[in-house]
Amino acid sequence: MQTSDYRPLDVQSIRQDFPIFAVDPPLAFLDSAASTQTPRPVVDAMDAYYDTYRSNIHRGIYRISEEATEQYEIARQKIAKLINSPRTSQIVFTRNTTESINLVAYSWGSVNIKQGDEIVLTILEHHSNLVPWQLLAQRTGAKLRFLEITDKGLLDFTQLQDVLSEKTKLVAITHVSNVLGTINPIQSVIDVAHAVGATVLVDAAQSVPHFHVDVQQLDCDFLAFSGHKMCGPTGVGVLYGKMELLEKMPPFLGGGSMIRSVERDSSTYADVPAKFEAGTPSIAEAIGLGSAVDYLTQAGLASIHVHEQELVKYAHQRLEEIEGITIYGPEPHQKAGVVSFNLDGIHPHDVAGILDTHNIAIRAGHHCAQPLMKKFDVIATARASFYLYNTIDDVDRLCDALQKAQNLMTRRSK
Amino acid sequence: MNIYQEELLDHYENPSNYGTLPDPDISHEEDNPLCGDRIRMDLMVDDGIIKEVRFSGHGCTISQAAASMLTEEIEGKSLEEIKNLSRDDILDMIGIPLGPVRVKCALLALKVLKAGAYGIKGWPGEEDE
Repeated sequence: MQTSDYRPLDVQSIRQDFPIFAVDPPLAFLDSAASTQTPRPVVDAMDAYYDTYRSNIHRGIYRISEEATEQYEIARQKIAKLINSPRTSQIVFTRNTTESINLVAYSWGSVNIKQGDEIVLTILEHHSNLVPWQLLAQRTGAKLRFLEITDKGLLDFTQLQDVLSEKTKLVAITHVSNVLGTINPIQSVIDVAHAVGATVLVDAAQSVPHFHVDVQQLDCDFLAFSGHKMCGPTGVGVLYGKMELLEKMPPFLGGGSMIRSVERDSSTYADVPAKFEAGTPSIAEAIGLGSAVDYLTQAGLASIHVHEQELVKYAHQRLEEIEGITIYGPEPHQKAGVVSFNLDGIHPHDVAGILDTHNIAIRAGHHCAQPLMKKFDVIATARASFYLYNTIDDVDRLCDALQKAQNLMTRRSK
Repeated sequence: MNIYQEELLDHYENPSNYGTLPDPDISHEEDNPLCGDRIRMDLMVDDGIIKEVRFSGHGCTISQAAASMLTEEIEGKSLEEIKNLSRDDILDMIGIPLGPVRVKCALLALKVLKAGAYGIKGWPGEEDE
C-alpha cells in the first residue's frame, strides 16, 4: 500500500489538532473503528458555516445561501476526488453507511431483486450490511447466501465459485472487517461477481478512512462509508454508485429537494444526486466531512496506513506476551489497524471497564456482528482499533493495563 | 470510586446461591441483548414466601455480582416485597456509581426476577406505569 505520497506521519503534531488529547494523563483512544475523534480544522469549518453563512442550500436567492450551497457542493467534489469517482454527481450524501446501504436495498432492491434471486454476503458483515438485505429478502422472497471465513478470519476463497452463480443478483461485502480487521480481496470478489452478472456493493466504512480506495479501479457498483469514522462529524455519510444504476433507481425518501415538479397526484424527480437527497441535508456536517477529507489527504492516506500497520504489528507482538489471551483474526500484514481479543476468564466488558479506569477507551461487545461472534463461539470480544493519532505509547498503556486487569481478576483463583 | 472493588469481586468469584433448582415453582431466563449477558432465576415459593433461590448464567462482574447480591436479599421475602424492589434498591445494594450502560448489567437480575414472578416486562425503572 506504500505509494508515492508516503512520508512518515508527524503524530505529535497531528495530536495537537485534537483538543481531546490535551489532558494529562492523555486519553488513550483505541476505538476509532466505532467513531473517530475530530480535529480542530473540521470543527472550525462547521463553526464557520454556523457563524458566518448559516442558511439552507439550493434555495435562497441571497448571498449566504449561495455560499452554503457552494461549500456543500465543494465537499461533494472533495469526496469524489478522494475515491476517484468519475463524476461528482455520483456522490450521494446520506446520514451514514447504514443509510447508504438501506437506500440501495430499498431503491435498487425494489426493482432488481425478485423471488428466487440470491444475495451473497460474508459472515464478516456488520449488521448494517446484513439486516437491510434480510429485510429485502423478506419483502421479495430472495435468498441470502454467505461466504464463510477460515479459522484465521480470512475469506474462504475456495467457495466463491460454488456460492456465486447466475442466480446471484447482488454481492454485498465489507472491504475491511470491523471486528477482525481482515482486508478482504474485494477486487477478486468484484471480478468474479461481475463475471456472473451480479451487482456489487462494498461496505467501505472501515477502508476509506484508512487507505486509498479507488472506485474506478475496483469497478464496484456501489460503495458506502460514514463521515464519523474518518475525522468527520456524525450525521453525514456517502453513497457512491455507478451513474447508469443511480439514474435508473427510483427515489428512496420523498420530499423537498428531490423533485423536479410536483402535481397533486404525482411528481417528476430531480437528477442524481438530488433525487436521493430529500429534505434539508446535514449541511454543516457535509462541509465538515469535506474538511476531514482535506485533513486526511494532507496527512496522506498511504502514511496513515503505514502508521496503523506499525501500531498493529507492535500491538500483536506485545499482546501475544500476555498469558491467557486469545487474539481473533488474521496476522497484522493481512489486516487493518484492529485487534480483537479476549482474556481467559474475564468478560470483555470487565476488560473495557478496568481499562476505562486507566483512561484507555476500547470497545467491548459483539461489534454489531453477532453471526461472526457465533462463528468464533464467543459472546463478545474486546477490540482495540488505531488511527493516525495513536502512538506506540497508547499500545504500551493498553498492554500494561491488560496485565493489571488480569492480575486483579485472577488473583484469588490462582 | 473504582467499580472493581473488593465486595463486588468477591460476589463475582464466589457467588451466593449459584446453580439451578430441580423442580422450581418459578423459573425464568433472559439476556441483555446489548452485551449477551444471561441470567436465569429459579425460585421455590411457599405461601407467597421465597423459600429457596438459585441463579445461573454468564456475564460481566457487575451482572453476576448483582445477581448474587439479589439472591441473598430476597430469600425469605414475600413475592409482594419483590414487586416493590426498585432500580434504586439494586443500585444501593451495589453501592458504587455506574454509567448508563453498566446500570443495565446491574439490573438484569431484577428484570429476570420480576418477569418470572409477575410477567413484568421492561427494565426496572422503565416499566410502563
